[in-house]
Amino acid sequence: MNKQYGYLALFETAPDIYHAAQSVREAGYKQWDVLTPFPVHGLDGAMGLRRSKVPVFTLVGGVIGFITGMLTAWYMGQFDYPLIVGGKPFFSPIFPFPIAYELTILLAAFGTLGGMFITNRLPMHYHPVMNYDKFRHLTDDKFAVVIEASDALFKETETREFLEGLNPAEIAVINEEDD
Amino acid sequence: MSTSADQPSQATGSLVRPNVLEEVRPADIQRRKIIENERSFTWITQKVCGIVERRTPTWWWVAFAICAMIASFTAMGLIYLVSTGTGVWGLRNPTFWGWAIVNFVFWIGIGHAGTLISAILCLLKQKWRTSINRAAEAMTIFAVICAGIFPVFHVGRVWFAWWLFPLPNSNAIWPNFRSPLEWDVFAVSTYGTVSVLFWYMGMIPDLATIRDRVPMIFEQRMAEAKSTLQKGFERFYFTFRKFFYGILSMGWRGSNRHWSNYEMAYLLLAGLSTPLVLSVHTVVSFDFAVANLPGWHTTIFPPYFVAGAIFSGFGMVLTLMLPLRAIFGLQDLITQFHIDCMCKICLATGSMVGYAYGIEFFIAWYGANPYEGFAFVNRAFGPYAWAYWIMISCNVITPQFFWFRWARENLWLVWILSCFINVGMWFERFVITVTSLANDFLPSSWDYFSPTVVDIFTFFGTFGLFGVLFLLFIRFLPLLAFAEIKSVSRQADVHDHH
Repeated sequence: MNKQYGYLALFETAPDIYHAAQSVREAGYKQWDVLTPFPVHGLDGAMGLRRSKVPVFTLVGGVIGFITGMLTAWYMGQFDYPLIVGGKPFFSPIFPFPIAYELTILLAAFGTLGGMFITNRLPMHYHPVMNYDKFRHLTDDKFAVVIEASDALFKETETREFLEGLNPAEIAVINEEDD
Repeated sequence: MSTSADQPSQATGSLVRPNVLEEVRPADIQRRKIIENERSFTWITQKVCGIVERRTPTWWWVAFAICAMIASFTAMGLIYLVSTGTGVWGLRNPTFWGWAIVNFVFWIGIGHAGTLISAILCLLKQKWRTSINRAAEAMTIFAVICAGIFPVFHVGRVWFAWWLFPLPNSNAIWPNFRSPLEWDVFAVSTYGTVSVLFWYMGMIPDLATIRDRVPMIFEQRMAEAKSTLQKGFERFYFTFRKFFYGILSMGWRGSNRHWSNYEMAYLLLAGLSTPLVLSVHTVVSFDFAVANLPGWHTTIFPPYFVAGAIFSGFGMVLTLMLPLRAIFGLQDLITQFHIDCMCKICLATGSMVGYAYGIEFFIAWYGANPYEGFAFVNRAFGPYAWAYWIMISCNVITPQFFWFRWARENLWLVWILSCFINVGMWFERFVITVTSLANDFLPSSWDYFSPTVVDIFTFFGTFGLFGVLFLLFIRFLPLLAFAEIKSVSRQADVHDHH
């Protein structure tokens, strides 16, 4: 049996999706999402999303990078094989600074990209919303609100009526698996 | 006292007439449009995706063949070099840094405009960057690839180039972290890697759009295909396309919960790339500035090199984008406004470079060091004066045309001037590298450096390599960041401010 994933309501313009998102949020739904072809300015606020957690990954990456850079220079120059070059010290926090600086940025960048994938749970090459027959337009020129069946407030008829009240271009049933 | 102080304000209060205020209020300056002709979202998608979805145009194959042939010159030059030795690059006492280092700095510098556009202009909220950032970032990555070839082969025994990295080797010694050359290894490899990450992350939503259009385009192609052979080919080709775009787009579905994290990650990468791009050319300049050589040992080098890098990079962006804009009919997305902005950045950075040339001379005189003074007089009037004056005319005079609107609006002129900038910035690195080395402290050790044919082949070929990579990029990846372009268009404004 093909379980229902939820309802999808299609909208044509950015202001429409913005107001629709506000209404869905005010109605108290929790398991829902908005699909847009580009980042719509202000939509995070309309959906009531919390600040992204990606900076945590960036910070962790950056700190690891800086420590790695300094430790590498210390281990190699002072501890493992001290070698006099130009009468300079074997280790000082000054001269390996460019190394530590670049590694800070390198690992922070990896942390950021990795953090984006982890917080978004990507890659996810299959998702029920991709079964929607006009899904192609959601990465092109149209917008959609999806309310999941797993939401506590979700009821087959009431949710549909609620979505119809938002004046969408159309409403579609999204199933867990492709028919 | 208090009454006299109140007096004038009361007087002005009675003098102010609202209708006068209305008349003298400065007019609202119309912001220039980023997208001309109010193009719809679909039009933008169609325009940019169309470039990778249509059949390969003939000019593409011609250009690809020519570039591949030019690239083979680098291969020939390098094979000859590896089988013989770095002496074939015309390197001999006292000039051991010849064209290889010049070319390295030249290509790395070109990359800087891409990162400036994608990172610094993002932090400064310059919306016009969205139309050019993708191609400029691609340019950055390919320029870094071209740059990387030179120092790697300059080490001589290229099979030991991995000793540049702190990896355990049978000699049990480690790289010297006290040397700016080692800093450069880290700076350039970090720069290349982070540029790829940034470029790729920016492309994910656009790749998803192309992925979602694959079945539609496949049906069109199948309808057009006549023979079974052609149908078989299309089926094979579109299976490749499906997996190529499918895997690269990571299952992106445009969820706003994803966009929220994505935008944060994008902002952070921009924030990380900004200090990175400034540090890369700073470290490159340390390669020179840390040496005790007249003409190199100056504190002005880091800012001077960074300004020059951005200048040369914008020259290259203009050289590339103007023909692409004409070929693909992107005039509505890369407008005169974009070209104006790029020309003005060229003007600003070119003038900074001109200022740096001037201040170098001033400090050489003011510092009263005879060697330093000689190094500069020798640059301008010595055996390499021809190179010096090419540099001055291309880098200082050329950008001054961009003060004028008529110059910025004459696209042929802009293109020619941008080519002059490319030439001039190559000569800048030549002048810095070679004049100081060839004529150093003792006249008995002086020499006149001339490149060999191997030098010329290797450098000439890198333009072919760059062209090959850029053509592949045009053919398979979205040329413009259209998701971002849509987000700065008027229709994307949720409050309907028109």
